[in-house]
Amino acid sequence: MSNVDVVVTGLGATTPLGGDVSSTWDALLAGRNGVRVNTAPWVERFDLPAKLAATLAVEPTSVLPRVQARRLDRCEQIAVIAAREAWADAGFAIPTDEHEPVDPDRLAVSIGTGIGGPVTLLDQDDILEEHGLRKVSPLTVPMLMPNGPAAHVGIEMRARAGVHTVASACASGAEGIANAWQMIQNGRADVVIAGGAEACIHPITVAGFCQSRTLSTRNDAPERASRPFDVDRDGFVLGEGAGVVVLERADHAAARGARVYAKVSGYGMTSDAHHITGNHPEGIGQIAAMTNAVRMAGLTPGDIAHVNAHATSTVVGDIGEAAAIRKALGEHVVVTAPKASIGHLVGGAGAVESIVTLLSIYYGTIPATRNLENLDQKVGLDVVTGQPRKVELAAAINNSFGFGGHNVAVLFTAA
Amino acid sequence: MSEKPSDAEILDGLAEIVEEVAGVATDDVTADKSFVDDLDIDSLSMVEIAVQAEDRFGVKIPDDELANLKTVGDAVNYVSKHV
Repeated sequence: MSNVDVVVTGLGATTPLGGDVSSTWDALLAGRNGVRVNTAPWVERFDLPAKLAATLAVEPTSVLPRVQARRLDRCEQIAVIAAREAWADAGFAIPTDEHEPVDPDRLAVSIGTGIGGPVTLLDQDDILEEHGLRKVSPLTVPMLMPNGPAAHVGIEMRARAGVHTVASACASGAEGIANAWQMIQNGRADVVIAGGAEACIHPITVAGFCQSRTLSTRNDAPERASRPFDVDRDGFVLGEGAGVVVLERADHAAARGARVYAKVSGYGMTSDAHHITGNHPEGIGQIAAMTNAVRMAGLTPGDIAHVNAHATSTVVGDIGEAAAIRKALGEHVVVTAPKASIGHLVGGAGAVESIVTLLSIYYGTIPATRNLENLDQKVGLDVVTGQPRKVELAAAINNSFGFGGHNVAVLFTAA
Repeated sequence: MSEKPSDAEILDGLAEIVEEVAGVATDDVTADKSFVDDLDIDSLSMVEIAVQAEDRFGVKIPDDELANLKTVGDAVNYVSKHV
């Protein structure tokens, strides 16, 4: 059981559906599509079988000042953009010497990423090969390092209680939030800026995912390519994006009269110890993650009315998760899978989908799963399709799983 | 560059580089300004500025010389002497 109440007071995101939380949420409710044909010339050059990507709806360089943009890797850019939105949404001003809205010694950052800045790494390697040492950017290392996104946010918001980055592949964003919650429980901070970011669309990452046969090749119909739980699903669509939340000790939030979206009531974090990319066949890690989250929150499985599924649209993964949800929580659970609209944001996914989960509680509305035309009969759960579902939610879980066998379930409850 | 540039031309060129790398308005890049204290340019940006200045003016700025270029005027004098 948790000892300290922790609430979410600010939200920020930039995704393939929109440049902020409200546009992303509205697009999700409207069932819009964030998957596009990847028009980069290297797709044809290397004859990559997956010719789709869920690229950002708003170019980060159009939002940031030019000089700041050129000093940041794309992954850092979107983390900063999402963090600014979340910070302002929580009611905080950008800190100055005259005004620090949160005591820096009580403010921390926990922003995960799958890879960090591989595009900088590879671009600078090309520059080294072609032009030699002189032309390599002195910013190469701070731009490629995976802790760069968290570090830049920490500098801007003046976080001195620690800046942390977890790397658990596609679970990184959710684990970033879970770790932030734990920091507040442990008394290390009163406020933590938490989430995840990813911007790794590059020929080598796409080629690597192609070779692991995990990407959809429905190239003739990008809007229908990402289809979790549908019988005709054939893989995920690689995306890019960031999600950031402001987690705050409830009494700290109450003292300043902050708006509260939801409470974070617990998490479960387990590892499969089975295969580097494949699910455990019995889903023991996923089941334990959800079960542990419920226990930590002091609830019972029957209290969890809704799961925002990891469901990436792969043949094996979606069915495995559905079975794990049934075993851990029961068949009553109402499920949605936002990757159908957003694509797979890798290290950003768990953060953006946590935001969707807690907004579902806040607004009493679960977005529908796009492209779900023929539910795979092996799912055995109530998956929202067609229109968003209006339902009052007391408790919901966001599932996020990652290559490496990482299983993270974050449990949100109504404030 | 066929002819040796004047100090004013070197200053203009440096100002353009500083504007590009660090976002400082060209009008603010004057000879008396300290790169670090006045223009808020960090050591990473100074490396970029030096490389661009080398290319633009056809000079070499070794690291031990770069460390001595405290003000914009220092840089103008260095380039003028070595171009």
